Amino acid sequence: MFDAEKWGLVWTHRQTFIDGTISTLLMALFGLALAMAIGIVVGLMATSHTKPLRAIARVYVEIIQNTPVMLQALFLFYAVTFAGVKGFSALICGIIALGIYHGAYISEVIRTGIQSVPKGQSEAAYSQGFGQIATMAYIVLPQTIKIILPPMVNQVVNLIKNTSCMFLAGGAVDLISRTNAFAVGEGTGSAAGQGYIIGGVIFFVICFPLSMLASRWEKKLKARDVATVTVRKKPDDVTDAELDMIISGKGGES
Amino acid sequence: MSELMGSLKMISNGSVLMYILKGVGFTIGIAFFAVVLGIIIGTVLALARNYCTKGWLNIFRYIATAYIEVFRNTPLMLWIFIGLVFFPSIEFSAEFTKFFELSRTEMAVLFKAIVALVLFTSSVIAEIVRGGLNSIPKGQFEAAYSQGFNFFQTLILIVLPQTFKNIVPTLLSQVITTIKDTSYIANIAIAELMGKTFQLIQIAPRYTGFTTQNVSDVFVLCGLACVIYFAINFTLSCVVRHMQKPKKRTAPAAAN
Repeated sequence: MFDAEKWGLVWTHRQTFIDGTISTLLMALFGLALAMAIGIVVGLMATSHTKPLRAIARVYVEIIQNTPVMLQALFLFYAVTFAGVKGFSALICGIIALGIYHGAYISEVIRTGIQSVPKGQSEAAYSQGFGQIATMAYIVLPQTIKIILPPMVNQVVNLIKNTSCMFLAGGAVDLISRTNAFAVGEGTGSAAGQGYIIGGVIFFVICFPLSMLASRWEKKLKARDVATVTVRKKPDDVTDAELDMIISGKGGES
Repeated sequence: MSELMGSLKMISNGSVLMYILKGVGFTIGIAFFAVVLGIIIGTVLALARNYCTKGWLNIFRYIATAYIEVFRNTPLMLWIFIGLVFFPSIEFSAEFTKFFELSRTEMAVLFKAIVALVLFTSSVIAEIVRGGLNSIPKGQFEAAYSQGFNFFQTLILIVLPQTFKNIVPTLLSQVITTIKDTSYIANIAIAELMGKTFQLIQIAPRYTGFTTQNVSDVFVLCGLACVIYFAINFTLSCVVRHMQKPKKRTAPAAAN
């Protein structure tokens, strides 16, 4: 454990860990951007008044949430590669797969957030002459942002944790896969323990502050909820348990 | 078109179907096992994190907190890899491994992956149980104390039964997550659905009559796996939703 020689081995191969961290962060960043874009569009579709749009959103969310991200990533990678497309890297595939997968979760967060704003609010806005878009932009969305922030941050943590989904199909691109390559590699295998410690610590350092932030916001939100519970009544289409789960971020793990 | 026929021929092959079906068995079995053990370990962790607040007992609280936070903020993959290298190899008896139709080395690797999954799942379940414990009003404790119950009696007879009743839906959605998480085992062992799908894609030419894999193989095999995962998980999520439907909500509202 405290063998200086083994830690030295990790130090000489530090580029492995740096590259891994960079590609994990790249995947997470672009994956998150894509997931947000998909999540907002699908989330708004799910709350629209047009039935076909709601149906499409529902089908998308159910299919994606009920199948593993690894399978989706593998499917995407092999389908594109075997179709003869050149230059489809594991990194790009990972970004798209993570975007699609977490887009479904983020859309659910946004949908529940929007639905937690009482209907009377939009009705009042309509009666004041606001249009549908203006109501969304000025009345509903500002109120949802506080509610959806904690589960959103939890989704970011899950997204970062899921960057290892490309291992099976595309090989070692992310931090965990590269840590593993280091740990089982010839010549570096003796420092496997040290390698895993470094990989794990980097991950923890990235994810822990985010989780802490989410749970702190969540606590604040709950305190405020208790204070206003007598004033505001929740609409019927969101159950208590559902809202609780969404607020606590349990409405969807990885 | 003939490629698609080849792929379809492959999955209509009885032995291939059986192979996939056994994978489904493994997926469900492993997930069930992980969740049951996870509930046991998770409950202990949650109780330690919540109630070990006096004097030297605080040590247990620190340990439980550290365990939960470490596992919650690192990916499952990391623990599966660590398990592969560092967990002890268990020597299973030949009859036992024969029952699962795995070689002894495969069984040992699978066992390590399952241990990693159990450790990971228990940290998530610990937080679910803790959420349930925190939702029990303090008055329940006070009432029990006033009736002469001691702390453990209160916990076991009053608080935990209510907690578990409250968290059943959340635990069920955790089963869905765990079923999806079992797919990560495919990275080191071929036993459950994901691993078998991956394996079949690699050896597809043996069954399709072509010399290389075709896109249609990927679509058919991954599609089938998707359908199976979806069928299991969607059923579960329907159950969860049914449980969460507000019961008797309208009655008190009408009374108001």
